[in-house]
Amino acid sequence: MNRRVLRWGIPLAAVPVLLLLGYGFRTDPREIPSPLIGKPATPFSLKTFDGEPISLEALRGRVVVVNFWASWCYPACYEEAPLLAQASDAYRGRDVTFVGIDIQDKEEAARKFLTQFNFTFPNAPDPLGRVSVDYGVYGVPETFFIDRAGRIRWKHVGALTEDVLRQRIDLLLAERA
Amino acid sequence: MIRIVAMMWALCALCAAAAVAAPVDEETVRQIATQLRCVVCQSLSVADSPSETASQMRGVIRERLAAGQTPEQITAYFVDKYGLWILLAPPRQGFSLLVWVIPYAALLGGLVLVGLAVRRWSRRSQATPVEAKPVDEATRQRIRQELAELDRE
Repeated sequence: MNRRVLRWGIPLAAVPVLLLLGYGFRTDPREIPSPLIGKPATPFSLKTFDGEPISLEALRGRVVVVNFWASWCYPACYEEAPLLAQASDAYRGRDVTFVGIDIQDKEEAARKFLTQFNFTFPNAPDPLGRVSVDYGVYGVPETFFIDRAGRIRWKHVGALTEDVLRQRIDLLLAERA
Repeated sequence: MIRIVAMMWALCALCAAAAVAAPVDEETVRQIATQLRCVVCQSLSVADSPSETASQMRGVIRERLAAGQTPEQITAYFVDKYGLWILLAPPRQGFSLLVWVIPYAALLGGLVLVGLAVRRWSRRSQATPVEAKPVDEATRQRIRQELAELDRE
């Protein structure tokens, strides 16, 4: 009896451990799914670096790309910034608005970043971090794609690529409100 | 009488004013913050992290307490935005209940196994009595003889 228990019991005991390890190694610990996908984007109203008010509510009916960035976020924010500047120019006149939200930054450094990349779309600081928490932001850069109905449809963590940016915007633009 | 009523009114007004302007209890802020995972750290709570993100999150907690929200509502808000991941202790329900149950279940199982094993061992030692064969007369004679020889030496 004892010998049989040992012969089968020990390998059997290892099975759940191996399964757990197998599952653990297959999942990416850095990837944390956002519970916000498909949910209405929390409204925000901020004042841009140019002193203009910007609110999400006012953009209802348009596709909105909300990009969280910071001037200290090197290199990822510096990699995607030219793409954002380019895309915001390329989609001018279409139903899409780009909004940049600068988090945990110093104003001077942030302004330098804006001029360096020649951002023409509205950018606003979030000095108390309220908007960042509302959007469940972990770090920068993070980009949210909001559809015409005001729902968050995708969240992109890390530097954007041109493909991701264009593909998502085009898909959302093709949808009727 | 009128004076008493007036005084009561004044007191009530004072209480209400105090309730509105009540400074947020930092201990409550800390208690909520200790349950939340700092999103930019490794295994630190929002209460313990010196990062700016954590400090802003404490600000959000403070603001919401001041607005009259309960600690439960505030934790629910963070879970809503970041998912259950934000809680340092997994909730005692659903799939994460397993995390709470398994250690105790394993401990209990282990104790039962040890108990069973101990019982078996003690029973086995009882079941094997010491067999003492009677010593026959020839052997006894030989022992006596050898002892005598030892004595002589």
